[in-house]
Amino acid sequence: MENMKKSFLFVSCDEAQHLCDKAQYNEASLFDKIKLNLRLSWCRVTRAYYKRNTKLTKKINEANVDCLTPECKENMKKELEKAIKNQAS
Amino acid sequence: MPNHQINPNKWIDLYSDYLYNYTITRVNDKVIAQDLVQDTFLAGLKSMKNFKGEASERTWLISILKRKIIDYYRKINSNKGKAEVRMSYNDAETEGDWLEERVADPFDKTAEDDMQNNELGNAIHNCLGKLPSKQADVFKMKTILGYETETICNELNITPSNLWVIIHRARTAMADCLEKNWF
Repeated sequence: MENMKKSFLFVSCDEAQHLCDKAQYNEASLFDKIKLNLRLSWCRVTRAYYKRNTKLTKKINEANVDCLTPECKENMKKELEKAIKNQAS
Repeated sequence: MPNHQINPNKWIDLYSDYLYNYTITRVNDKVIAQDLVQDTFLAGLKSMKNFKGEASERTWLISILKRKIIDYYRKINSNKGKAEVRMSYNDAETEGDWLEERVADPFDKTAEDDMQNNELGNAIHNCLGKLPSKQADVFKMKTILGYETETICNELNITPSNLWVIIHRARTAMADCLEKNWF
């Protein structure tokens, strides 16, 4: 019974990092968060990853970076290809 | 002896996001920023023969873009000038109002923060440029554009577990890169 409980809540370091990634996008469930927090309470490696990962999210939000959508890039590519062809002929 | 080569076929993949981010922080309008970036590529294509290879392709394109942005402001300012001529402060009620309209913008207090954020934005785009293209695409779609996991998977034809592996690698590489250059 004890072992069952342990395996139920236990996640490996890799799994914990995956949960941490999901948490950055608010896609971790409550149960995921409990498992992650349990691991964070004793694993230094997970804690270090969590700290860096959270910092990355914070910096990206602070910077307010923007980029083009794939559709917009596709349109730009078409326009540029057309211009390249026109220039070559 | 020229050190840098020019290849317009790769411009969109390599530089469009960087140029777009550079522009959006200066013109603050998505559609205008997209147009200016597109114009920059077309102008670059026309003046390709002027590229001596002394600077990198990106630096050269940025110098064209800077001119495009200046032209854009020149154009809107000349329109604004015309509008101001029509303004009238002659009636007794509004006399002196122009003084209030010209006081310093209180939002200037945040100018330094904005500048720092622009630099951080450039650092983020520089690091994104160092990622393998698939990692960069997935990271941008998920983190910057905020697309749903399912949408990205359908668009790029990958499974959700593939997506999370790619995200994990991208985030690790981004944190490493920013740690060296920013944190």
